[in-house]
Amino acid sequence: MKTIYTSFAEAVAEIQDGSTIMVGGFGLVGIPENLILALVDSQVKHLTVISNNCGVDDWGLGLLLKNKQIDKMIGSYVGENKEFERQVLAGELEVELTPQGTLAERIRAGGAGIPAFYTPAGVGTLIAEGEEVRVFNNKEYLLQTALKADFSLIRAAVGDHAGNLVYNKTARNFNPMMAAAGKVTIAEVEQLVEPGTIDPDHVHTPGIYVQALIEGAQEKRIERLTIRQEA
Amino acid sequence: MLNQLDKALVRERIARRAEREIVSGSYVNLGIGMPTMVANYIQGGKQVVLQSENGLLGIGKSPLKEEVDPDLINAGKETVTAQEGASYFSNAESFAMIRGAHLDLAILGGMEVSETGDLANWMIPGKMIKGMGGAMDIVHGAKKIVIIMDHVNKHGTSKILKKCSLPLTGKQVVNRVITDRAVMDVEESGLVLIEIAEGWTVEEIVESTEAELKISEHLRIGTY
Repeated sequence: MKTIYTSFAEAVAEIQDGSTIMVGGFGLVGIPENLILALVDSQVKHLTVISNNCGVDDWGLGLLLKNKQIDKMIGSYVGENKEFERQVLAGELEVELTPQGTLAERIRAGGAGIPAFYTPAGVGTLIAEGEEVRVFNNKEYLLQTALKADFSLIRAAVGDHAGNLVYNKTARNFNPMMAAAGKVTIAEVEQLVEPGTIDPDHVHTPGIYVQALIEGAQEKRIERLTIRQEA
Repeated sequence: MLNQLDKALVRERIARRAEREIVSGSYVNLGIGMPTMVANYIQGGKQVVLQSENGLLGIGKSPLKEEVDPDLINAGKETVTAQEGASYFSNAESFAMIRGAHLDLAILGGMEVSETGDLANWMIPGKMIKGMGGAMDIVHGAKKIVIIMDHVNKHGTSKILKKCSLPLTGKQVVNRVITDRAVMDVEESGLVLIEIAEGWTVEEIVESTEAELKISEHLRIGTY
């Protein structure tokens, strides 16, 4: 029923130059590690990437950036990456910064058939300049439009052959909304199981949003290891 | 005298004062950096649920080395644990929770605050723009917005202003400001000085504040 890939190169083979792609994750948590690596190998160029962050210099979306495959980045926080700064200052990379909640909702709206919505975030700031502001109940709200993608590359802990997905802890983040907002959604799962294995009550992303799956082992790099000593 | 104090001690003083804003039984979002430190000072006996905008309600302590789970981080991307009764959700759900005014309190850092409650805390023109993250959403969401920051910059110039000079994060969004020197409330009538930290006088606070300060008739001195 769903396409099950066994090769990451094949999984990303349909992604063409100039595609708009959404990539799940918050920081390095919940990113589809092997799909990103395969995109780097594919050398596909002129991508518009929608993702909360842009990886770090040597991992995640930072690898695509280093390889100059990204023309435009839409995200909320991109401060973890020196190459990002260099490309922006050199005029090589276009950036659209969006408040994090607005980004999440724009993606959710894209997958839910809502073309635009009003939010209070950003009213009275630089991002509202020249944009439509409307008053509801004596409060100002900013119009924001939905985001969609040609491809969504997402990561889940468990997926079944029907496309149902379950995420682990805070690795859920942007993945469920992106699953729905991509014309073609490819899910990289840590464990691929037979239908019936996941309790329908425990499904986080229903299979209808997922077109293809591939099983992949994750490195799960930690950006800021913070531990406490035994008391 | 206080300028000589170790910066870490000043931060701890601000964090400890900010902790008093947290009411037992409340849902609270703590911003990245100094606000995250506030969690270290939450008094025993207070029941508090900390929200992390990347999708966790019920942040626990930092993990022991053997407890570290790379899939479990806070909004500052630090490894954390989840306390009993915690829940995980997507960023869309997380910000629906925030915008929908379900959080009681957010404690955030600030670069500048104006006397009308404008906040600037996300970019400095001419410097690399990293992004606003969730700050622009959070300032419109929580029922109470408390900003913690230094009272003056490294040149000794006030960061509490008549009008912010930096690009805003939100307009008329701040309820209370806690600095190393004083606590001020944003009221209809303007900025009201309600508390002064140990070692400072009313005159010194007024002198080091560019914004016009009204002195509360209930002003308390040396409270932290």
